[in-house]
Amino acid sequence: MALLEVEDLCTVFHTEDGVVHAVDGVSFQVEAGKILGIVGESGCGKSVTAMSVMRLIPDPPGRIESGRVLWKGRDLLAIDADEMPQIRGREIAMIFQDPMTSLNPVFTIGKQLGEVLDRRFDLRGAAADERMVEVLTHVGIADAEQRLSQYPHELSGGMKQRIMIAMALMCRPDLLIADEPTTALDVTVQAQILHLMKQLQQEFGTAIVLITHDMGVVAETCDDVVVMYAGKVVESCGVFELFAAPRHPYTRGLLDSILRPGRLKDTPVPTIEGVVPSLLQPPAGCRFADRCARAVAQCHQDEPLLATVSDDHLVACHLPLEVPPS
Amino acid sequence: MKAHALVEVRNLRKHYPVRGGVFGRQRDTVRAVEDVSFLLHAGETLGLVGESGCGKSTLGRTLMRLEEPTTGDVLFEGRNLASASAAELFTLRRDVQMIFQDPYSSLNPRITIGEAVREPLDIHRLGSADDRRARVDELFEAVGLSPKVQERYPHEFSGGQRQRVGIARSLALRPRVIVADEPVSALDVSVQGQVLNLLVQLQRDLGLTYLFISHDLSVVEYLSDRVAVMYLGRIVEIGRRRSIFSAPAHPYTRALLESVPIADPRKRRDRVPLQGETPSAVHPPSGCAFHPRCPLAAAVCRGEVPALESVRTDGDDGHLTACHRHEEI
Repeated sequence: MALLEVEDLCTVFHTEDGVVHAVDGVSFQVEAGKILGIVGESGCGKSVTAMSVMRLIPDPPGRIESGRVLWKGRDLLAIDADEMPQIRGREIAMIFQDPMTSLNPVFTIGKQLGEVLDRRFDLRGAAADERMVEVLTHVGIADAEQRLSQYPHELSGGMKQRIMIAMALMCRPDLLIADEPTTALDVTVQAQILHLMKQLQQEFGTAIVLITHDMGVVAETCDDVVVMYAGKVVESCGVFELFAAPRHPYTRGLLDSILRPGRLKDTPVPTIEGVVPSLLQPPAGCRFADRCARAVAQCHQDEPLLATVSDDHLVACHLPLEVPPS
Repeated sequence: MKAHALVEVRNLRKHYPVRGGVFGRQRDTVRAVEDVSFLLHAGETLGLVGESGCGKSTLGRTLMRLEEPTTGDVLFEGRNLASASAAELFTLRRDVQMIFQDPYSSLNPRITIGEAVREPLDIHRLGSADDRRARVDELFEAVGLSPKVQERYPHEFSGGQRQRVGIARSLALRPRVIVADEPVSALDVSVQGQVLNLLVQLQRDLGLTYLFISHDLSVVEYLSDRVAVMYLGRIVEIGRRRSIFSAPAHPYTRALLESVPIADPRKRRDRVPLQGETPSAVHPPSGCAFHPRCPLAAAVCRGEVPALESVRTDGDDGHLTACHRHEEI
């Protein structure tokens, strides 16, 4: 059994212009101890998916319309709202792109970390301080003792993200959901944070859902990948398979548009022409059809369902790409 | 071939006072740009790369004189932008224009995009009303937008389309040099390619010279003929794109290149990333500012600021680095 199983999740937002179908029938699984990447461009629904799993969608305007989120076999969407705090933070932790949104600016780092220890482990005073220093040192923060008395604004972005990771891991969660954790960071600091996350996965066996728009980050970090487009999963498989033999034309397009070392301006960058369709009135058929060079009449009429094309490789496309000869 | 230098930046500095206390006295100085010199050759793209806070954007803005330089010269065909009077600057700005990261914040939401593109022509009183109308149509077509959308407002467009409007506006006065500050950083990868292709095509068609500022090494490698790497206000390495990417001479450049994730899981590296973060530009470390993070740092690195010197390669190709120990690498 997978650690987390998301089945046919639909989340909408009621806006002045109408109902936005941000996540529309999304299914995927996270295996224990593995890193799953959810990749896609802005507005594809990857963050809304994560927020839905945690039941953090503001309602109104948002609403989880249907679907199941099976956490160790229990449906998180069906349990009482009072039970969620038991799971959030303790069993599933989440970190965000901007750590400032999760750190309280008026309290010191020590006070905020201390609160977690107090509430969850009944740990206070010197014992709590000792544990905090230990955890901060573990995520690569030098002078941990001194950091405890500092306020969030006194720390750099990379340092704040380390503190969020420390806080997330203090409860030894089984799953860490990281929503674009390195997007706001410099490339050298990004390398440090990704290195740290992989280290923690190996050390504690924490499963990670890594939400990102960066295919490079996916390639370096993830075991499995889910590609999203316009509120739908279009492809999911292992990371090696995804880069070697993508079957969905959108995935192929994304991979082609990456600027690889050695590519020079003498040859234009391959691009995906056109724009993402509006999620107010999504088109019938495949949502990528208007931008797809392979589209035939059927693609504009029938919605392709996510189906198995080979072992653990799912694609939602009427005309999946051939497997390139190896 | 010795290319002709269109812009010469000489010993440019930009310091900001840090004020504090009840009387707002100057307490400290942020040395955002510290003694930067380089040449920008006609028709080339010079990529200026570095991490946040390294001073690359301030350098671009100071070069444009959107910020007053503390000291130094910016010579455009012999005329000094750094010391030009308001009237001289007005004329010089026709030749040197800027593209910003987020055209949404640089476009006025209350005027149509057609007016936004025409505005520079109005300000500089170029041509008759008919001429200006025709020029705006031409600019829309040049950046791949239909002239029919001129009556619309910025919020009606996607990020990529807005960046096209920003580019059209910067081209209105037929500039020769464009300073582009992170022009594709806010865009999704599929759209980023479209804008990069447009920039390359415009450079080819119009003979533009670019100073391309970016934190993204892949974009810089793709677009640049030469590359300058900045760290804490200074250029630490400059040279042809090929030399910088295949034979980086500064330990910081090497670390930067190694940090970029490679989009190929078969090439996963189990590397130990560069430790630490960029220090404050208020109290930069002594000597070489990179020494606290540098695996090769020696006593001399703590004591003396290294000057940019030629890197020994096959012949003089203008590859310079500011590292005391580059010959040992």
